[in-house]
Amino acid sequence: MNLNLRHAKTGLLGALALCFLVTLFSKFINPYWLYILYDIGINIILAVSLNLINGYTGQFSLGHAGFMAVGAYTAGVITNQFGQLNAFASGGVFLGALLAGGLMAAVAGLLVGIPTLRLKGDYLAIVTLGFGEIIRVILQNVDSVGGARGYSVMHGWTNFFWTFGLAAVTVYVIASLVNSTYGRGFIAVHDDEIAAEAMGINTTKYKVSAFVIGAFFAGIAGGLYAHSKQYITPGGFGFMQSIAFVVMVILGGMGNTVGVILAAILLTLLPEGLRFLAGVQQIPGVTKMYPLSWVGDTRMIIYSLLLIVLMLTRPQGLFAFKKRQR
Amino acid sequence: MNIWRGHFFSLAFVAAGCLLTGCNKSSPGPNAGGDVIKVGEYGSLTGSEASFGQSTHKGIQQAVDEINAAGGVLGKKIELHTEDDQSQAGQAATVVRKLISSDGVVALLGEVASSRSLEAAPICQQSGIPMISPSSTNPKVTEVGDYIFRVCFIDPFQGTVMANFATKTVQAHTAAVLTDVKSDYSLGLAKFFKEQFLASGGKIVDEEKYSGGDKDFNAQLTAIKAASPEVVFVPGYYTEVGLIALQARQLGINVPLLGGDGWESPTLIPVGGKALEGDSFSTHFSADNTSPEVQAYLTTYKKRYNETSDAMAPLGYDAMMILADAIKRAGTTDGAKVRDALAATKDFKGVTGNITIDPNRNASKSAVILTITNGAIKYIQTVAP
Amino acid sequence: MTELLQQLINGLALGSILALIALGYTMVYGILRFINFAHGDVFMLGAFAGFYLAPKIATFVPLPSVAGALIIFGLSMVICAALGVLIERLAYKPLRKRPKLTVLITAIGVSLFLEYAGQFFFGAANKKFPDILPTWPVTKVLGLSVNSNQLIVLAVTLLLLLGLRFIVMKTRMGRAMRAVSFNPEAAALMGVNTDIVISFTFALGSALAAAAGILYAINYPSIDPLMGIMPGLKAFVAAVLGGIGNLPGAALGGIIIGVTETLVSGYISSTYRDAIAFAILIVILLVKPSGLLGKKEVEKV
Repeated sequence: MNLNLRHAKTGLLGALALCFLVTLFSKFINPYWLYILYDIGINIILAVSLNLINGYTGQFSLGHAGFMAVGAYTAGVITNQFGQLNAFASGGVFLGALLAGGLMAAVAGLLVGIPTLRLKGDYLAIVTLGFGEIIRVILQNVDSVGGARGYSVMHGWTNFFWTFGLAAVTVYVIASLVNSTYGRGFIAVHDDEIAAEAMGINTTKYKVSAFVIGAFFAGIAGGLYAHSKQYITPGGFGFMQSIAFVVMVILGGMGNTVGVILAAILLTLLPEGLRFLAGVQQIPGVTKMYPLSWVGDTRMIIYSLLLIVLMLTRPQGLFAFKKRQR
Repeated sequence: MNIWRGHFFSLAFVAAGCLLTGCNKSSPGPNAGGDVIKVGEYGSLTGSEASFGQSTHKGIQQAVDEINAAGGVLGKKIELHTEDDQSQAGQAATVVRKLISSDGVVALLGEVASSRSLEAAPICQQSGIPMISPSSTNPKVTEVGDYIFRVCFIDPFQGTVMANFATKTVQAHTAAVLTDVKSDYSLGLAKFFKEQFLASGGKIVDEEKYSGGDKDFNAQLTAIKAASPEVVFVPGYYTEVGLIALQARQLGINVPLLGGDGWESPTLIPVGGKALEGDSFSTHFSADNTSPEVQAYLTTYKKRYNETSDAMAPLGYDAMMILADAIKRAGTTDGAKVRDALAATKDFKGVTGNITIDPNRNASKSAVILTITNGAIKYIQTVAP
Repeated sequence: MTELLQQLINGLALGSILALIALGYTMVYGILRFINFAHGDVFMLGAFAGFYLAPKIATFVPLPSVAGALIIFGLSMVICAALGVLIERLAYKPLRKRPKLTVLITAIGVSLFLEYAGQFFFGAANKKFPDILPTWPVTKVLGLSVNSNQLIVLAVTLLLLLGLRFIVMKTRMGRAMRAVSFNPEAAALMGVNTDIVISFTFALGSALAAAAGILYAINYPSIDPLMGIMPGLKAFVAAVLGGIGNLPGAALGGIIIGVTETLVSGYISSTYRDAIAFAILIVILLVKPSGLLGKKEVEKV
């Protein structure tokens, strides 16, 4: 157990109150860093929800970005039907749109969950990848949402409260779920599917519900993403995005919620940190001497090397402190 | 599983969220003074569209160095802050916020891809920072607001020019169109080409699609061949056009291919080779153009980067030059004043033509049509806007 | 009818290149049970090796010529084989006892590294691949256009496939490979040096990828550092479709994907092409979960 659930509800309330306060003061935060914070919150939701599928239940999904896309487009299309609204109404519409996005993604999750009845391992991975790509291609061909060119979302409603409030809710729901009597079934499927089946656990139900719940939260994250970037393209939800979320889960230590959250934070900050490293050395006025400007050109090379080195030195996950209690 | 036992609590959560939504207006970043003028550039320096982003960057950098060598603007040097968005969705918004609020740039240049320009444009508009896109052709980009400009052609103009060329000069009655569905530019050009071609009494016999980055076009070309058009309009980028021409000729399609400024590149002729013989495209200038601006630009570019300029680099160059000119005329780096000066740009002698910014903040300038004969690019005609 | 036949020829040419790449995926998977995500990028490096070798070779063998092309083929296959072994030793070997997912992420890291390093060192702009092979004029039979490059791709693929089959079925190393693939522990106990077998597998797979890279570049002479992503993904799909770990399956999968994609692009719309390849894959896996020619694995309790 990696989250102490006795105090979980208090923790959640505290987190929400803190989010509320931070949001009130968010106009004093540099917008660049504020939006990086939003990215972090969105990635936490995605990584923690994927962790339910890949980590706790031991399935292998490579299509998380597809669920995110479903949520992003659904929520974006819904809020675009509304003009300028006052703060209270817009909040209600936004929450409704996010939930609708989550539900649509959950339906997609159900569709992907069904093949999991027969497939496992790499075959399952390629099928989920395929579903993600199919969602992307379908969006590319729907002209009413801009096709391959993308879709403009009018309202920039994503804020600190929604992002981190919903991230806290996601963590709370998934942690409570896997630690409940019901949720032990996920871990049983992960540890030994055949034994679980023999013990009378309905493994099919657990596998499908892991996909549905994981997809639901990915859809919510997609909605937040759409209202943070305000422009979405099908290409932005390709399989490289899905892989980025898998990397977060594995780097965090599969089935370790705290680790996965830390990995989501680290992997969102890492490219920006390297960007900062390249820029900070630019001495104004001394135009030709940027001692670290090569970091700018090689930023993504360094990023990929760091990824390899991290996996080689901490293959059990960066933040796996101790083995999960069974 | 009774997670939502506290209904009161969930209600409080929703209410709190509703109170806060919509009040995240951010204040614009500081317009730093000092002895330099900071200009931001965001582009796809790595990733799938890196070749376009890097070319644009080369053009902009050349313009910055020329401006600084000539003493800068308003007595200050231009300091270019370049950020890479990795050709990825979502990244443009992030880097533009960084450039505006952390670096404190006074104006922004970018992007090639319309989708990423559209991500950045609302942020620039809200922050009151003028943005000039060198080569995003989607009409929506400049519709975002009065701080957003562009220096490239817009689709209706180029599409119409090539349709007229097809009907009048090539004297074709039937045409096929091969469009890159991933690119606004290609879709826009195809749309206006079709409209004009049909209006002139022509017939579109086949429409095929590909996605930027594809290498195999045999399937689409085989279908085009079966429709036997008199001309094929390929409004794509040079990264694919060479291969398209090659495969078209191998399949036995011997009618001319036509295209737009996306064809302009030093790698077009090497890749396409003899297959491009007799094909034509519209673009900003011809290397035979004797105007001193064009010749000076081409010579410097060649010397500096040891390669021939494509179509992206001069657009980046002109975007920077027009910005510098506007700052000079505004006499300040204040966003609103620079915007007004940009909007008043008239007959600016750029490398890509005499640029006038129209009331919709789009560039209006003339196009030239070039043809490939004997492995060299030849000038045919100039079309005024 | 002519159009359909033409489309089938187009698809066959595309499919046979995918088949060559798929063979590398499937061999590594057969031995190590892990997806070498960087395989598509080794394919890209094969094409670039050819690009940089060609001017050097041209100084003593005139290009285009068959002899020159053979030298370029051989050298880039050797270079990529060495690179494949190096990648395996540095990035994958330390993780051999770890869960496969860990190795998969490392492979993704290697793949990203090769792509970004490629953009940095080779430049992101596309490059013209030199003409290393003489081309014959377009052959026209029954109104069909077949060009010499397409025929060469088919022939070379068939040749390499037969060569591979010979190595795997008739040589000592091939027997060792099959032994390791069947049961690595038992093979090691019987005196098979698994490290060498694995290195050899990577060398062989990477050499095939290099050959595919050059064939691809001859057919589509515009190369760039990201050219490996899509063919790599498609070949991976092809390998799974045919039954991953199965050599003829990979070849069959490659051909099926190539032909279907061409038909979809030609008759429906190329915008649905990527989705339909995956849709077929999903349907086949639902009917036959271990792929077309794959053996059903018995679940051990």
